[in-house]
Amino acid sequence: MNNLLVLPVLLPMAIAVFLMFFRKNIRLQRVLGVIGGIANVVIAGVIVHRVRTGGIQTLELGGWAPPYGIVFVADMFAALLVLAASVTGLAVLIYSFASIGREREEHYYYTSFHFLLVGVYGSFLTGDIFNLFVFFEVMLISSYALITLGGSKKQMREAPKYLLVNILSSTLFVAAVAYLYAAVGTLNMAHLSQRIAEAGQGGVLNVIAVLFLIVFSLKAGLFLFFWLPSAYGAPPFAVRALFGGLLTKVGLYAIVRTFTLIFPNDPSFTHAWIAGMAAATMILGGIGAAAYRDIPRILNYNVLIGVGFVAFGLATGTRDGMDGVVFYMLHDILSKGLMFVLGGMLIAAAGSDKLDRMGGLIRSRPGLGWMFFILALALTGIPPLSGFAGKVLIVRGGLEDGMVTLSLVALASSLLTLYSLIKIFREAFWGTEPEPEAAAEMLASGESDDRQPPRAESGRGKQTTLASASAVLLLLFVIGIGLAANGVHGFAAQAGATLDNPGLYIEAVLKE
Amino acid sequence: MPKGSDIFLQNVSKVVVFIILAFALYLFFTGHGSPGGGFIAGLMSAGALLLLALAYDIETVRKVLPVDFKLVTASGLLIALLTGAGALFFGKPFLKHAFGHFELPLLGETELHTALIFDLGVYLAVVGVTMTILLTIGEDR
Repeated sequence: MNNLLVLPVLLPMAIAVFLMFFRKNIRLQRVLGVIGGIANVVIAGVIVHRVRTGGIQTLELGGWAPPYGIVFVADMFAALLVLAASVTGLAVLIYSFASIGREREEHYYYTSFHFLLVGVYGSFLTGDIFNLFVFFEVMLISSYALITLGGSKKQMREAPKYLLVNILSSTLFVAAVAYLYAAVGTLNMAHLSQRIAEAGQGGVLNVIAVLFLIVFSLKAGLFLFFWLPSAYGAPPFAVRALFGGLLTKVGLYAIVRTFTLIFPNDPSFTHAWIAGMAAATMILGGIGAAAYRDIPRILNYNVLIGVGFVAFGLATGTRDGMDGVVFYMLHDILSKGLMFVLGGMLIAAAGSDKLDRMGGLIRSRPGLGWMFFILALALTGIPPLSGFAGKVLIVRGGLEDGMVTLSLVALASSLLTLYSLIKIFREAFWGTEPEPEAAAEMLASGESDDRQPPRAESGRGKQTTLASASAVLLLLFVIGIGLAANGVHGFAAQAGATLDNPGLYIEAVLKE
Repeated sequence: MPKGSDIFLQNVSKVVVFIILAFALYLFFTGHGSPGGGFIAGLMSAGALLLLALAYDIETVRKVLPVDFKLVTASGLLIALLTGAGALFFGKPFLKHAFGHFELPLLGETELHTALIFDLGVYLAVVGVTMTILLTIGEDR
């Protein structure tokens, strides 16, 4: 009995429901959101501490012992992800104050925001596969609201595709759960793992495993990412930061959890699929990031490269690979959130999302420029920053496992990440400023869909400060994780140990 | 719509709406032991209100029930949430439900349990969501 575990879900849910009563009171919505966000970071920190000192924590909801009731499980992996997600959530919330606009704020923006966090934390913490589906839906329905909120032409064009893909994949998810339940007769993940190990994974169970892989890949953007680059280009940047930082990571978490806990017994079949999909994702993501010359697309394809990297780490199936997966996902949640926050600030400052139409911003916004530069290095994996340790561990795992080609692909994709982000840095921040008439003309003609809504000039300074504050908050973590890589590795190794040995998880949940 | 143009529909509705609501109430309370529960009772109640809206018009429904249905949804969620969270204050796991047998004036010995309060939350949320959808789509704008 350990009610602490349900608090990360309960708190944002309470805030979301409470805020429905005060739709017009923006100040209250903001203040409550920040207080809740800080509280959640603290709670997540306490959970991480508890797991560190006391091992895997479980909470049997309603007091029903597993496998009969739903159980919340916080192993180190889940706890770390909840912590990273709550930090990113808090930062994106602050960035929303600066960028989202009063119109959206009055139409339940913060309610949807907090419900999305409910879904994300719940997905990380639950130990029941159908409950995982429910939290996925909580998260997705909030994301539907967020992607359509505002109703611009571009959002209306992209939202139906996004909805269609996710409804399809959710239906497949239910079908996959039904097959799994028919095959082994339980829904608790630990119990599932035990039963599948007993029955011997093969034949039907491998088919179900691949079905789960397809479902989660659709959500995470692993190879089946055709919907992602355009869908993530539609909503405002604060929402994109939330999506890029959290949504794909929940899909990835589900892949990692499923294939380390439930279906780890036939890696020559399942993990070969994952390896192939990871390679394709990294190659295609890299090509996309290098090819485009508008900022939203470059950023969206960079999300994909990160997804491919984590899947590669999982596919290696080695201890190093697992530690790397944990480390890299931590880094990815924070840095992808930061990437979209900075991207949004950059586009707001330049008034355009096309690289050809900007330049010379380093003179007016030096802070933004250097933050973007550090982020580019962090995403590439330059040693003192957060991306390095994860990439090293994953590639070392790959080489241990003899996946030389895949390791080279991973390294090449890092190079393309660097190229694509430095391209933005070089062309937007250096060089000469574009002709003012051209920019004004383009704004007037409404050619760019990514313009920030026009707002009063007087409020501008405060808004920039808020946006910078959220970027600095994330940047501190991105640098901090890199500098304290040795300390963080202790946590990541504890998480990797559980991923590597599902017996620890089963023992903690079923208490045998 | 001029009054009287749908005299049959309107007069039948006046009676039937109460029968439906009573049935919804029955479904709500019987949910623990037989088929029924908060979800179907909520849908049934929303159905009764929809009949009212069809026989008269949306304005009548608003006049009969002058509440913001979005807030009804929120209240339902809040009730369900607090029922679950209540267990936290007694040092029990989240969603642990309590029950007991009580001697009630009219009903005699009755089993009361907190799952019913949770169901009330579900009921309000379902009524709120359904009515919000119907009224939002039904409004010409």
